[in-house]
Amino acid sequence: MNMTGRDKLGLALIAVALIALPFVLASAGTAWVRITNFAVLFVLLSLGLNIVVGFAGLLDLGYVAFYAVGAYVYALLASPHFGLHLPFWVILPLGAAVACVAGVILGAPTLRLRGDYLAIVTLGFGEIVRIFMNNLSSPINLTNGPKGISRIDSFQIGPVNFAGSDTFAGLVFSGPIKYYYFLMLVLLGVIVINRRLQDSRIGRAWVAIREDEIAAKASGINTRNIKLLAFAMGASFGGIAGGMFAAMQTFVSPESFVLNESIMVLSMVVLGGMGNIWGVIAGAVLLSFVPELLRYTVEPAQIALFGKLLIDPEVLRMLVFGAALVLTMRFRPAGLWPETRHRREMSENRA
Amino acid sequence: MTEVLLEARGIAKRFGGVQALKDVSLTINRGEIYGLIGPNGAGKTTLFNVFTGLYPRDGGEVLCCGSPLNLESPHQVAAAGIARTFQNIRLFGNMTALENVMVGRHLRTKAGVIQAILRTRAERTEEAAIRRRADELLHYVGIADRADDLARHLSYGDQRRLEIARALATEPKLLALDEPAAGMNATETAALRGLIEGLRRDGLTVLLIEHDVKLVLGLCDRVAVLDYGVKIAEDVPEAVRANPKVIEAYLGASVD
Amino acid sequence: MSPRDAGTVSSGFERSPTMDILLQQIINGLTTGSVYAVVALGYTMVYGVIQLINFAHGEVVMIGAMVAFSVISALAGGSLPPLAIVLAGVIAAIPACMAIGYLLERAAYRPLRHAPRLAPLITAIGMSIILQHLALLIWGRNPLAFPQIIDNRVFAIGGAAISSVQIAIILMSLAMMAGLSWFVYRTRFGIAIRATAENVHVAGLMGVNADRVIAATFVIGAGLGAVAGVMYGSYYGIAHYTMGFSLGLKAFSAAVLGGIGNIAGAMLGGILLGLVEALGTGYVGDLTDLCRWPGAGGDIGWMGAHCADGAHFVLFGSNYQEVFAFLMLILVLVFRPSGLLGERVSERA
Repeated sequence: MNMTGRDKLGLALIAVALIALPFVLASAGTAWVRITNFAVLFVLLSLGLNIVVGFAGLLDLGYVAFYAVGAYVYALLASPHFGLHLPFWVILPLGAAVACVAGVILGAPTLRLRGDYLAIVTLGFGEIVRIFMNNLSSPINLTNGPKGISRIDSFQIGPVNFAGSDTFAGLVFSGPIKYYYFLMLVLLGVIVINRRLQDSRIGRAWVAIREDEIAAKASGINTRNIKLLAFAMGASFGGIAGGMFAAMQTFVSPESFVLNESIMVLSMVVLGGMGNIWGVIAGAVLLSFVPELLRYTVEPAQIALFGKLLIDPEVLRMLVFGAALVLTMRFRPAGLWPETRHRREMSENRA
Repeated sequence: MTEVLLEARGIAKRFGGVQALKDVSLTINRGEIYGLIGPNGAGKTTLFNVFTGLYPRDGGEVLCCGSPLNLESPHQVAAAGIARTFQNIRLFGNMTALENVMVGRHLRTKAGVIQAILRTRAERTEEAAIRRRADELLHYVGIADRADDLARHLSYGDQRRLEIARALATEPKLLALDEPAAGMNATETAALRGLIEGLRRDGLTVLLIEHDVKLVLGLCDRVAVLDYGVKIAEDVPEAVRANPKVIEAYLGASVD
Repeated sequence: MSPRDAGTVSSGFERSPTMDILLQQIINGLTTGSVYAVVALGYTMVYGVIQLINFAHGEVVMIGAMVAFSVISALAGGSLPPLAIVLAGVIAAIPACMAIGYLLERAAYRPLRHAPRLAPLITAIGMSIILQHLALLIWGRNPLAFPQIIDNRVFAIGGAAISSVQIAIILMSLAMMAGLSWFVYRTRFGIAIRATAENVHVAGLMGVNADRVIAATFVIGAGLGAVAGVMYGSYYGIAHYTMGFSLGLKAFSAAVLGGIGNIAGAMLGGILLGLVEALGTGYVGDLTDLCRWPGAGGDIGWMGAHCADGAHFVLFGSNYQEVFAFLMLILVLVFRPSGLLGERVSERA
């Protein structure tokens, strides 16, 4: 990548802003740091799903299953449930690996199928995973059923525990702020991995399959393996995000892994622009914060106007996601921030 | 003696009750341009799709360089050295021309996910080689100036050329062209003819399915004629032209 | 529970309990299966014509149940006879669902008919979410108790019971399937539908108005779905804004099992799925009870410690009911993607 001085300056400014952000947010309330952390978690998920949907063009509606696998791996290995307390740097990669294997197992039988069947089968798999989590409390109590697993360990790096606050150089680092920085590091890694994959032999094969599977095969691509690879990579990212989720919440239950979560992540990828990393990130950030803003504006506005809450912000949120899917497909199928190749094309037309 | 590159024995293919191909055998020699002609619906494209692993066959076998060819999957056929183009061009529309050809290099390169993520030295070297080779091929087919354009924005003739470049990127022994002149005007056809002759000069074997009988008879070393899924002739162009069975098959169509 | 009881699923019947339970599960399976079949018709007709999985179909069925619920609740306690009230509910639900089906096609899918495959599919998912949450706004978050105004008589067949609601559901489903078959195979418009399913372009050349045909499949499917929604609501006595999801997914599985795009297949698939689900739910607990496996029972077998005193060690109980449809869908798609009666659906050249 060739960067001009201006690019470098811009990048440095963004970095400084992202580093300062949690303290600015914390001054408005720790809740905002938490909200931001969840937004970053969704960015991670979206980037994972983007590999499957955006690059390879495989509509995976059960993506939340891998998120769930990552979260439960973390929960089971770092909670009083089994009395195991492994350190996070062991469990996070392990969760990614287990999710990756799950991705391959779920992907293998379905990849022969045409796109829409793949969608519904992955949706079915997602539900199956959730049903199993709900019911694997008997005969042997693996998942603790609908009650979920609580008192999950927070991250611990040396003496620093992410559950509490630490003061360093006069600044108060609350738990969410520490998680924020950790998430940012993970995000940075995921972005780098995504960029490098996109520009690689594998990334080109993914896009080729998305564009024309028959031509891809005839050009010598083993489409089955390459698709499986997309599934596996996407699932791994989901697994990492799941592990982070478990640690941040210190509680997991099947309720967190319903189909709507998959749809939310899909909306982010679609709205931002399938295949474009920066678009997907922007889509995820936008769709993470808009509902929160709605919560803080629509709720008081309704009470002021009608004296009661007519539309639950939670419902409004799902309506926003549904509308995002429908309207994007109708009016901007390439997303708000389309893939670079398109953009290059458009700027040419303007010139 | 000429060396046989590809030999098909007793190929059969049915679609439901329709016998699309019946016991078709043919041999293609190394370094020749082999033409396959026949009236509409004679089974040319079907045969082609069987050769390239797109359709499962109902009988017969294909030998490449004397050993049986695995026709299970198109990518294995490509790996064995048979590359193809499509009658109704199939490019990766939203990738650039250069990227389309780079995809063709997939088969002969090997960097995997880990190398790509770590950007190892080997991976970077390989990427550079892929790019260089793709660029050479775009020059070879004469569309290097369109390298950074999206494939779907190229002109029809350029798209045909790009498909050939992508096929060449897989380092084929045999290049199979499915009606490459379809929809081309006279100038474009002449240019295409030059390109195919160039391929032969460079030692490639070409299998050419064509509707344009004149082009085939003028270009090919040997020609096979299919009619109703049966091979009715296989010979040098002059003999095929004079073959009464062929004339009958093309009843009404001019063969000269 | 005494050790002796543990051997049977239920001890409610005196005479040959196993056969009675089997018969009961078959009756229950036929009932839910009929509902699945009617919903599956909606998926299969649309798929047959434009190869789109109309994800929102399950939500249309749910709205049918909801509308009927509102009408029946409003009229219940009035002077009308109970049967007339239920009929009024059905009659209100049908046009409501048809209108939604038409709007879906017109506003969401038609503009995308020539877009890449993923686009209408993603739109369908979006519409499904929107419909579901609009229903949540209108009818609330809590399950609604479907008014049981018709006297639900129970008849005994063999040792099993069948209720008048079950009989009504099975008969109505059969009537609708017969009606649809007649329509599709015997009327001019039905022929136009089948022609469009065969080849949109050729049908167009033959003077078939493809837009009208496509819209009609949505409307007919939605109308059938409305009735199915009412049947489902009456059978389980409950309507809920999320009911469309699993019902839709099961019906879709049924359509795939039968061979998607094939009307007879959807019916067959629905009934089979209902049976598999009922029998599976009825017996999976026994089948996966390790204590009942040969060599495991008593206190000397390999599961001895767990199984003493007739205890159970059930790996998968009836709480896995929801899984059967998915598992069947996956098995069918992997091993026989064309379904029982359908054409090939796995990717083709």
